[in-house]
Amino acid sequence: MARITLDHIRHAYGPAPKSPKDYALREVHHEWNDGGAYALLGPSGCGKTTLLNIISGLLQPSEGRILFDGKDVTYLSTQARNIAQVFQFPVIYDTMTVYDNLAFPLRNRAVPEAEVDRRVREMLEIIDLSGWSKRKAQGLTADQKQKISLGRGLVRNDVNAILFDEPLTVIDPHMKWVLRSQLKRLHKQFGFTMVYVTHDQTEALTFADKVVVMYDGQIVQIGTPAELFERPTHTFVGYFIGSPGMNVMPARVEGSAVVVGGERIALDYSPQIGAGDRAELGIRPEFIRIGREGMPVAVNRIEDIGRRRIVRADFQGQRIAIVASEDAEIPAEPRITFDPAAINIYANSWRVGREA
Amino acid sequence: MQKTWNNKAWFLVLPVLVLVAFSAVIPLMTVVNYSVQDTFGNNEFFWAGTDWFLEILHSDRFWEALQRNLFFSFVILALQIPLGIFIALNMPKSGIGVPVCLVLMALPLLIPWNVVGTIWQVFGRVDIGLLGYTLRALGVDYNYVRDPLDAWITIIVMDVWHWTSLVVLLCYAGLVSIPDAYYQAAKIDGASRWSVFRYIQLPKMKRVLLIAVLLRFMDSFMIYTEPFVVTGGGPGNSTTFLSIDLVKMAVGQFDLGPAAAMSIIYFLIILLLSWIFYTVMTSSDANG
Amino acid sequence: MLELRNVAKMVAGDYHIYPTDLAFERGTLNVLLGPTLAGKTSLMRLMAGLDRPTSGSVFFDGADVTGVRVQERNVAMVYQQFINYPALTVYENIASPLRIAGKDSASIDKAVRQAAELLKLTPYLDRTPLNLSGGQQQRTALARALVKNASLVLMDEPLANLDYKLREELREELPKIFAQSGAVFVYATTEPSEALLLGGNTATLSEGRVTQFGKTIDVYRRPADLVTAKTFADPPLNFIDVIKSGAVFRHQDVDSLPVPSHLSEIPDGAMTVAFHPHHLGLTRQTEDAAPLRAVTQISEITGSESFVHLDYNGARWIMLAAGIHEIDPDTQVDLFLDTRHLMAFGSDGRAIAVNAVA
Repeated sequence: MARITLDHIRHAYGPAPKSPKDYALREVHHEWNDGGAYALLGPSGCGKTTLLNIISGLLQPSEGRILFDGKDVTYLSTQARNIAQVFQFPVIYDTMTVYDNLAFPLRNRAVPEAEVDRRVREMLEIIDLSGWSKRKAQGLTADQKQKISLGRGLVRNDVNAILFDEPLTVIDPHMKWVLRSQLKRLHKQFGFTMVYVTHDQTEALTFADKVVVMYDGQIVQIGTPAELFERPTHTFVGYFIGSPGMNVMPARVEGSAVVVGGERIALDYSPQIGAGDRAELGIRPEFIRIGREGMPVAVNRIEDIGRRRIVRADFQGQRIAIVASEDAEIPAEPRITFDPAAINIYANSWRVGREA
Repeated sequence: MQKTWNNKAWFLVLPVLVLVAFSAVIPLMTVVNYSVQDTFGNNEFFWAGTDWFLEILHSDRFWEALQRNLFFSFVILALQIPLGIFIALNMPKSGIGVPVCLVLMALPLLIPWNVVGTIWQVFGRVDIGLLGYTLRALGVDYNYVRDPLDAWITIIVMDVWHWTSLVVLLCYAGLVSIPDAYYQAAKIDGASRWSVFRYIQLPKMKRVLLIAVLLRFMDSFMIYTEPFVVTGGGPGNSTTFLSIDLVKMAVGQFDLGPAAAMSIIYFLIILLLSWIFYTVMTSSDANG
Repeated sequence: MLELRNVAKMVAGDYHIYPTDLAFERGTLNVLLGPTLAGKTSLMRLMAGLDRPTSGSVFFDGADVTGVRVQERNVAMVYQQFINYPALTVYENIASPLRIAGKDSASIDKAVRQAAELLKLTPYLDRTPLNLSGGQQQRTALARALVKNASLVLMDEPLANLDYKLREELREELPKIFAQSGAVFVYATTEPSEALLLGGNTATLSEGRVTQFGKTIDVYRRPADLVTAKTFADPPLNFIDVIKSGAVFRHQDVDSLPVPSHLSEIPDGAMTVAFHPHHLGLTRQTEDAAPLRAVTQISEITGSESFVHLDYNGARWIMLAAGIHEIDPDTQVDLFLDTRHLMAFGSDGRAIAVNAVA
């Protein structure tokens, strides 16, 4: 397994890019730890697949270098990079048995047959398909096929990284839970470097130690799930992570207080905001408490989604969402309070930290 | 995919059924009619029963022609299928090369059979033909009019030139439908070029290959126009295939009864062999 | 109103759809919820008239339409793949069903602009579908289905190929759009959370059978049987096999749980109790919480909550706990189960008693 260094990588699909708009990937300069689990999260067209293809060697970046454990691999082919990849749609060799599918990458590398057998059996055990080894891979279910794809990568002990390209797209919700937790367990057990591309925040957050949020060809934030949730550095992260996303409303900062419409909310610090900057207040629906105390709101609609309820309301002329638990009581004339620790202030869409 | 249920659909098929009846069933019945009778023209018929069939089946001429046919089809399949796959594998998958290759490939298919025959007949002539003359000039003793082997080679090369494109186009259609992820995965798994072909491309081409093999078998087994134009069945009887023999018998000798019986035998052989091909190739599909 | 009366579909001697009775009112959204191959698409094809049922009949607004061809019914369909005419502009794509119907151009224009406004496509009317994002393409397909003014609109996992956030936005818009139309809407999905977000009614499907039909939230809260409860749970439901004796549920002679008041009336004996992952917690939230002990397997953090996979005496459970808890694998933890939400199922899989709390 390897540490992955992305050294000032930029990529444009067209020739001779001039403005930043011409780049599908603007500038990525990061180092990913050996044994880390990274998720690339963002909407379609954000550049996450471009970045994955650069790491896998399918694409050579227009500018910059990529290093595995300090060794420049920018111009190495996919084969030479020793990576494994699991694709969106399961790729299996239909005519082979499950066993032969797993043995394939080893036999291609002329591993002695006894060693192949040992490792394939071990892998069958790990991916829970021991009973299926003699079956033709063709008739298996989508989740079994994905496990074979994964197993083909893991069976080699020399892989630098395992790349996942939206691997759970074709899996039914129930199986997603099983596969995800198996994957996580395998990661804990073997500690391989993993890069996982997805547009699904639940997958990204539950899978990764570090989530890389991408938007419009740039990395907007790299952080732990908790950091992304509690302190989104950009309003896009606030919107994209969380369901529903963060409430963002125009505000005015006055010293250590923030004013939204006619309401003044005290903060325990003084955000530094430039004179001409556009100031906004961000608060997640989970951190708004609805009850009999606080600021008045007008409730438009309550959506009962089972384990919790989403309250859609108007607050100072702004449409906001509030998350209430399934047992919570919502009074006739509801009022809300914001958890002061969960309030984020943004200047021109970027977060103004209390550290500043 | 399940089909839409609709009784009226049968009415739409009716014209085709009528057409098929006129073009295939009625002539076939006529042939059956001729095959069990003897006639000297003037609409005078004598009942002959299975005589013609027995005569055909006991004639060396028939068995020799059949052997030639089988051998010819075997050679054609053995050459055209691998060659077609090979060319399809090496065709570009994207860019300006794709339409250029496709048009080039389709060209031989657009030429009528008899013209193909004429082209090669001239092409191979030792006095004025480019191929024949060149070979002669190089000291190769080539003469398809005199030497049976040269005649065979000429016809086979001609058929390969004419029909390999069909195999190429069918295989190419199968190949372009394979998603890129398969090739990527194979690269990552360290698969050799051969493994990629064996485990990805060949399985995905199987269905179109089945069609290619069937079409090429049936067509080559029924070959008539080209050898007729180029060699006329000679030298001697060396390129007299069943179809040529049939025409000789029916048109040349006006033996309508034996010709009809031979037609039926010929038809049944093609039907049987095609069915065997189809069954063998689809059953391996079901097992794996 | 669309009615299926004892409709069944057999293919090669096997039931693809077991005899089914369903009635969908006009102006309602009806979700077909079930895993892949549960029969959602087969059922929709029967509703649309693309397939003829082996037995039973389909009624629309009281008239028997069994065997009436799909072309002669007023049906619109939206598929998982974004299906539009690639060479036509968004405007012409939306207008296409009206042009086929031979409407005059003034009324076509009015209808197209109205549908485009509703689906936020007005700025893109002059573009062709290939120059649109996936979400815009699917909205175009939806607009085409709506403008047709069909009396039955069938949607087969229409949002499955879209980005997560786009899905969220469309899910919020769709119920409003449905409410404005008088059609019967049928919406197939594999995702329980999608059914809950859409609301309306839900029919749960499992292996070719409709296991329950009712208001979405009622089916979720009060499943009639174990299969329905399992189908309608994401994250998956947790189970334990217990023997009720008096005021306690005994589990394998190793543990016992107090019987909550809403289950106290049911007769003693063997049964399965089930509950959702969010009713397990690391802290005692209510008076009715029962303490339990389990071994952790793996923790997944989602930002504000943690999914902790557990082993409870051999049973695999998931706990959804508030807050961030990165618990090491193979650790014994003390848990609290909110017994107010326990559901009890008999050995035949039928519900004995479910949720007390509405």
